[in-house]
Amino acid sequence: MSSAPIKRRTALAGIAALATGACTKIADSETGRSLASMSENWHLRAHRALAGKQALAPEYTKSDLSPSFRGNGTVTIGDPVYQTQLANGFPGWRLEVRGLVDRPLSLSMDELRALPQRTQITRHDCVEGWSAIGEWAGPQLSEVLDKAGVQESANFILFRCADTLYGSDYYESVDMVDAYHPQTIIAHLMNGEPIPEKNGAPLRMRIERQLGYKHAKYLTAIEAVASLDDIEGGNGGFWEDRGYQWYAGI
Amino acid sequence: MIRHALSTRLWHWINAASVIVLFMSGLTISNAHRYLYWGDVGSSPAEAWASVMRFPDWMTIPGRYDLAEARDWHNISAWVFALALLVFWITIIANRHFVRDLWASAKEWHPRAILGAARKHLKGDFDHGKADSGSRYGVLQRIAYGLVLGVMLPLMVFTGLAISPGIEPAAPWLVDMLGGRQSARSIHFITAFAILGFFAVHLVMVLLTRPLRQIAMMLHGRER
Repeated sequence: MSSAPIKRRTALAGIAALATGACTKIADSETGRSLASMSENWHLRAHRALAGKQALAPEYTKSDLSPSFRGNGTVTIGDPVYQTQLANGFPGWRLEVRGLVDRPLSLSMDELRALPQRTQITRHDCVEGWSAIGEWAGPQLSEVLDKAGVQESANFILFRCADTLYGSDYYESVDMVDAYHPQTIIAHLMNGEPIPEKNGAPLRMRIERQLGYKHAKYLTAIEAVASLDDIEGGNGGFWEDRGYQWYAGI
Repeated sequence: MIRHALSTRLWHWINAASVIVLFMSGLTISNAHRYLYWGDVGSSPAEAWASVMRFPDWMTIPGRYDLAEARDWHNISAWVFALALLVFWITIIANRHFVRDLWASAKEWHPRAILGAARKHLKGDFDHGKADSGSRYGVLQRIAYGLVLGVMLPLMVFTGLAISPGIEPAAPWLVDMLGGRQSARSIHFITAFAILGFFAVHLVMVLLTRPLRQIAMMLHGRER
């Protein structure tokens, strides 16, 4: 007899292992995690090699706008201070720009509106699978970063938010390529109106080449940082700390 | 009797393993949003052309609802699946396996020939007609393998790429060609189940035609 039966048994055991939850053990192992982050990194590099670092996400026309733009994650903020601001059009809302910058800033809504604006009609893709098209307007992040003077040592831009989910502060981050991408804007208008509460009033990041959870809502501060390691769970975002991929272009 | 090339045997098992992981982790991803749409967008049941069942935990990877982990499985095995498929395609064109054994000529697509072959299959005669076509496979086999290898598996790669927002800036034409992102997602889902259908028929055929010998041949290329 040849070795076929043994191989067969090995193959069958492999298939059975898949069916008995061994997957979770593999995924939780050191090897599993490093394999996942390696694969994520390959996707990121492949996308950037294929598309070029500044390639644009498709833009649509007003006739393509989704009649209703779904809100996901946090859709309302209980804090009475926020609710008063919302009712009055956010007269006292400030956007802090801090961290590894030469000139820390604290920008009012009027100051953000006074900067050069970019308007874009783009498709929003949620990690769950759905998509909606909306029109977003606001200053490019690069404009604000240049005003603040980002230092050489900064590798990531961090977004701080007013909302909490499951008791933790929401936050997100991108690398410098996405931070300086022309479609990365600090939106204050959606479909020509101030952004509704469920979609992130008064300020929401647009990171158009990545999934929805990267588009931080209820934005309060922008931080230039060298590393993500010591921030919150250390993975660069609220969902990333819960196992989701930091690179959400897949 | 057929002797499978080493490249065929290797690819067969790598492909089987990656497709199983992709399918089962895909079911978890489907559970995250169980509605399918045509066109660019869709986010509510009212816009959906189909509402999909919630796949039970025993069918999914991981064996509980965890979208983040399912996406890791999916994104890792996608590399294995797509690269193996690419290498296999190059190999079977180079070693003529495709032209010699898998390509069904226009003449063979004749309805009468296909019906005749189907009738013989239903009677349990699986060995007819192989000698005279010069192929190792009957016409139904060639059509089935050709469709899976030439259409369904590549379509999974292309629709998968089209769903990725990071790919669209590189290949907006791909998403347009597939009818928009949500159409690509729907085609991805439908084709996954078409492949499951092939897999089921494939298993039945193996079981009906001396399964142990078939498996041995796909493992080491010899009958015993």
